[in-house]
Amino acid sequence: MIWLQLFYSFFKIGLFGFGGGYAMLSMIQGEVVTRHEWLTPQEFTDIIAISQMTPGPIGINSATYIGYTATGSVWGSVLATLALVLPSFIIMLILYRFFMRYHNNQHVTDTFAGLRPAVIGLIASAALVLMNSENFGSPTDDTRQFVASLLIFGAVLVANFFFRVNAILLIVLAGVAGFLIY
Amino acid sequence: MIFLQLFWSFFKIGSFTIGGGYAMVPIIEEELVRKKGWIDSAEFIDMLALSQSAPGILAVNISIATGYRIKGLAGAITATLGTVLPSFIIILLIAMFFQRFQDNAVVERIFKGIRPAVVALIAAPVFKLGKSARINRYNVWIPVVAALLIWLLDFSPIWVVLIAGIGGYLYGVYKRREARK
Repeated sequence: MIWLQLFYSFFKIGLFGFGGGYAMLSMIQGEVVTRHEWLTPQEFTDIIAISQMTPGPIGINSATYIGYTATGSVWGSVLATLALVLPSFIIMLILYRFFMRYHNNQHVTDTFAGLRPAVIGLIASAALVLMNSENFGSPTDDTRQFVASLLIFGAVLVANFFFRVNAILLIVLAGVAGFLIY
Repeated sequence: MIFLQLFWSFFKIGSFTIGGGYAMVPIIEEELVRKKGWIDSAEFIDMLALSQSAPGILAVNISIATGYRIKGLAGAITATLGTVLPSFIIILLIAMFFQRFQDNAVVERIFKGIRPAVVALIAAPVFKLGKSARINRYNVWIPVVAALLIWLLDFSPIWVVLIAGIGGYLYGVYKRREARK
């Protein structure tokens, strides 16, 4: 049963995952954390951190990791990764044949005019959902961790957005900061 | 032989791109267009546009499109395997051993620092990508409503994508009908 759910969840993520890695995170979160509770929000954030530091697309990394932890078997990883890639295969091969004829089609352009702004909202929601006490500490029970987390969050946001500091470097620095603070 | 080369090229691409997606694009172009000359750069742009308009992982979509262009279905499968395999192997090893480290006090301290940083790294592209998605004061409500539905009402992102796509399509049909009047 878990195998079927795993396949179905990642097939859906692959099929509706418009807008690249970060937008896909919100789908993975919806299926894996909110719906099936295969991972806690904390574990999910840890996987994203690991994905950022290791090569390869975040989608593949999450599927491989979650496939293994949800089933305890390597085959879980194989199944989830396959399920994630399968819709791409089917759709890309179909699109390839029709692309030249349709990519300037008005209906396709209209559909994307609606999709593009929604994808930005998806990415924002992934960040909002993860701003919880599991990742930031509770403001009442653990004020020190909460304040430290807010400072790290603000510093990383500014460094990455305004100064284009590399994401991996920022994760490493945040890890060092965590080691020193706690 | 070409399959081995194809696999090796994409294996390299999969191994050396950290961060995925758009970070992979220049590396794929360098390998396939400039070094191997398997496709020309105009074709590469077309493949990129095609890959972006399909759902799924961008790097995987590009692998499928260029692999298919170079050597048909078998080429597409070979290229995709090459792209996926490095991260699959690395993450599998981490998944097998990370749980043992997770309860380690030092690892827990480090990850306590990393977690808010990761959330910030997800938040940053919202503003970066806002421009390329052509967000303006007429459609800014779309991302705001989408984010609030998912965040506060536990709406599935899949529905948001479906509704936004259908909405865009219907609005386009409506606009053209109005213009014709």
